[in-house]
Amino acid sequence: MDPFGTYNKAISARATDKAILKKSQDGGIISASYIYGLESGLLDGVIVANTEKGFKAVPKIVTTPEEVLNAAGTKYTISPNVSVLKDAVREYALEKVGIVGTPCQVQAIRKLIKYPMGFRHTDSKIALILGIFCMENFPYEGMKAIVEQYAGIRMNDVLKTDIGKGKFWVYSKSGEVKTVALKDTHMYEQKSCHVCMDYTAELADISTGSVGSPDGWSTVFIRTKNGEEYINKMVEAGVLETKQIEEVKPGLELVQKLSLQKKEKNEKELGHRKELGLPIPY
Amino acid sequence: MVRVAHIHMSGCTGCLISLADTYEKLLDILGAVELVYALTLSDEKTEITETNDKILIERKIPENIDIALVEGSVCLDDHHSLDDILTTRKNSKIVVALGACAASGGVTRFARGGQMSQPSHSAFVPIGDVIKVDLALPGCPPSTESIVNLIMAALNGDMEYLEPFAEIAKYGKDACGCDVIKGVIDMSLCMGCGTCASACQVKAIDMIDGKPNIMTEFCIKCGVCGAQCPRIRFPKVVQKIE
Repeated sequence: MDPFGTYNKAISARATDKAILKKSQDGGIISASYIYGLESGLLDGVIVANTEKGFKAVPKIVTTPEEVLNAAGTKYTISPNVSVLKDAVREYALEKVGIVGTPCQVQAIRKLIKYPMGFRHTDSKIALILGIFCMENFPYEGMKAIVEQYAGIRMNDVLKTDIGKGKFWVYSKSGEVKTVALKDTHMYEQKSCHVCMDYTAELADISTGSVGSPDGWSTVFIRTKNGEEYINKMVEAGVLETKQIEEVKPGLELVQKLSLQKKEKNEKELGHRKELGLPIPY
Repeated sequence: MVRVAHIHMSGCTGCLISLADTYEKLLDILGAVELVYALTLSDEKTEITETNDKILIERKIPENIDIALVEGSVCLDDHHSLDDILTTRKNSKIVVALGACAASGGVTRFARGGQMSQPSHSAFVPIGDVIKVDLALPGCPPSTESIVNLIMAALNGDMEYLEPFAEIAKYGKDACGCDVIKGVIDMSLCMGCGTCASACQVKAIDMIDGKPNIMTEFCIKCGVCGAQCPRIRFPKVVQKIE
């Protein structure tokens, strides 16, 4: 089983801008890519999963670095980023759109580029597809149950959430840090995530996630020619600091382990669905 | 030269306009094909028979069409319409249901007669209810790019790319916003990407708490939400990136 999909190069990286690192989940790759794109003119608008009241994730089309920073950080709940893609090229009249998504969202974007039935004059305006690693997601009420009932922090007080080292971490604005065992979160997972065979956003131009790199850094897969040119420009402009992935711990080995874990588990679920005569994406 | 025809049934010409909306790409296509029939764009073969009490004008759908792009649905209460669609099938190698009306009835699903000057014209069906359809392209209208992709794939014989359209021709006649409810949410496959909401051409889909909410009263049964959903169909060709 292929753990990572097609890629040209894998690196470990982080943003050089301290303001980005302060707000971002890991190495700030998505925020840095967006901000660099907006400032250099490579992008004229980007789609973010905005952080709204009650730590909700809501897709938003934004055009300034401030708005990008406001959306930084992972919300472990569904943000239908593709739902505003056509608005970005219609109502906002954007010509060079950056979009970020989980692996399933990136799949959706690639499909609508190849088969753009209800997407007139949209696919040519997509300038950059960023993907984030994803093991599974939670409905908003599921995330809320984990954060409020298990971790005991009110949604309005949440500063950051994270999944790592076998735990769901909740950081409050007042400085509290609480953890929830991952086994307690499983019942809240979105069940449709269990047919997903992609961990590292295999169809993105550039995909990134925390696993494999030290705290404060991100593992980055550069997959397409477009992605490679974009990263090279960022490095040249000095907005990214990079290391060879072989030089960092725990490195790609851990990414591979988690990816295969997801794929093997979900392959069983797909088999199970087939036995029941239920449809699977094809 | 590949002989292409545009056949206008009970449609609005929006599908043809969508094709023309390709600008210079349309010229590439027209360079590769011979447009043998298109009432909107070229002189058709017309036979005029004059008798004492009436003048009969007959338009002839040509023979040996390679690809017939059929726009609009069929009015079962109009015998000219039935003749045209049957002739189209007889004279064509590949019949493409171009757009929602031809593919799934679209907005004509709601027609119910009672209007002058033909109050008896009440029954409209997708062309697949009357003839065998080879490929169906949903959308109201289908995007310019998707029409070009489909025509180019048909010209190149790229059956792998065309496979989803062949399948929609077979099973897509009942298209509706309900496809997303029945085929995706109810099947525990919806992961909330929002593609259906963005694709919907009448904004009949809202994403609420990460799942599509279908406002069926706005839905015009164009089939584009279900066709664009990556959790119903995810063709292998999509997985090839450069």
